[in-house]
Amino acid sequence: MASIWEYANPRKFMATSAFLLPWTAGIAGVCLVVGLVWGFFFTPDDFRQGSTVKIIYVHVPSAIMAINAWLMMLITSLIWVIRRHHVSALAAKAAAPVGMVFTLIALVTGAIWGQPMWGTWWEWDPRLTSFLILFLFYLGYMALWEAIDNPDSAADLTSVLCLVGSVFAIISRYALVFWNQGLHQGATLSLDREQNIADVFWYPLVITLAGFGFLFVALVLYRTQTEIRARRLKALIAQERMA
Amino acid sequence: MMPDLGAYAVPVLSAYAVSIALIVVVVGASILKARRVRARLEEVEHRRGRAA
Amino acid sequence: MIGLLRRDLTLAIRAGGGFGLSLAFFLIFTTLVPFGVGPETGILSEIAPGVLWLGALLACLLSLDRIFQLDWEDGTLDLMATSPVPLEGLAAMKALAHWITTGLPLVAAAPVLGLLLNLPGPAYPWLVASLALGTPALSAIGTFGAALTVGIKRGGLLLSLLVLPLYVPTLIFGALCVSRATTGQDPLTPLLLVAGITAGSLALLPFAAAAALRVNLR
Repeated sequence: MASIWEYANPRKFMATSAFLLPWTAGIAGVCLVVGLVWGFFFTPDDFRQGSTVKIIYVHVPSAIMAINAWLMMLITSLIWVIRRHHVSALAAKAAAPVGMVFTLIALVTGAIWGQPMWGTWWEWDPRLTSFLILFLFYLGYMALWEAIDNPDSAADLTSVLCLVGSVFAIISRYALVFWNQGLHQGATLSLDREQNIADVFWYPLVITLAGFGFLFVALVLYRTQTEIRARRLKALIAQERMA
Repeated sequence: MMPDLGAYAVPVLSAYAVSIALIVVVVGASILKARRVRARLEEVEHRRGRAA
Repeated sequence: MIGLLRRDLTLAIRAGGGFGLSLAFFLIFTTLVPFGVGPETGILSEIAPGVLWLGALLACLLSLDRIFQLDWEDGTLDLMATSPVPLEGLAAMKALAHWITTGLPLVAAAPVLGLLLNLPGPAYPWLVASLALGTPALSAIGTFGAALTVGIKRGGLLLSLLVLPLYVPTLIFGALCVSRATTGQDPLTPLLLVAGITAGSLALLPFAAAAALRVNLR
């Protein structure tokens, strides 16, 4: 059984990701098209929310993946700090812009959905506000990567920021619940409940969720490849200067 | 073919449009950057291959 | 470590501006608020808790980039890193010095500025208590941010971007404590939560700051 640590070798990672990339990208594309088309054209209107319920197929998956992206960055940062595998640090760097875009999608679609349903674009509700703060964390994280020249220092410092930021993000989440009871409904999906939403809405949602998940994986693999190439490019240019 | 979206056509359509546009942007940016880095890497590797 | 603290304090006093600038900023910020929202005392007293906390927070933020910057530029930081004092201790002392030069004057000035904003009477002790308990967390978090960005030229703006999201919980509980006191609700719970955040930040963030410093000094 191959160990997961083998993928810390960039060459091995490149080979494996080159094999995985078309599959994940393909599955992501199929799931997204099927799920969104199904959700958009073939689901009934909710009796209370009307056709706005269709927004759920972009809102909920992007929100879930926005949090999972940060979680993935946290784990890869920890791996970098503990075992110092460069691929891990680069994967965290590659994931950040994707996570930021998902956060943005969740925020914008949420605002568009909130306008007809709650009569306001924005409400200082705990869930909305914590997503805004998550967005700010993504911005700061990416800005710190950009600001530091030395790649190893950048990886170290952003990892520390990611760890500390995660702790504060969780504290903020609970602080916000304490601060203001919101308009947002509770979790739409959870495993421990008998009945989530009705099946007609549920199946396309699961498919779009898989689509967003695979899209994230494909993008991270692809962008990590780019980061590895960029690192190699930098090393080669530095060698040339030395010679 | 087009489902009847009723009074909420604008929010639903714009939500889908914004999401798809943002996804296209991030995918496009990733592809552009990958192409640029790959091209420059090949150029440098080629140059060094000749020199060595 | 005491020597480090004394050195930082002396430098701040001799150089001037350490105490004065952030206080002046706090005053100006509070003065500008009525120009923005209008002079009705009702509105002002309603928003006073949030404005005072926000002003204190921004005043803290202003002086953060000086925590390590000067020592970094003239090489003192490298000397300190090779001294027997652990970097964690250095980070903790820097945070303490920042709090004494910035946080403490802000706490002292806050009641006076509360008068300007027509803060209701029962809220004053809670304002002072919440600021006194909350500003150490602001200094500790800020020291961590300053340690992250010490090697970056013109890192001030980046520092704000990194530190402000981390300030969110402290600000929420601090301002909530004061505003609950103005409306006669129980202000003790948020105050204790502020104290908890401060205790946690003081205990853990010097280690994170020291880790960041080690990377930057490498």
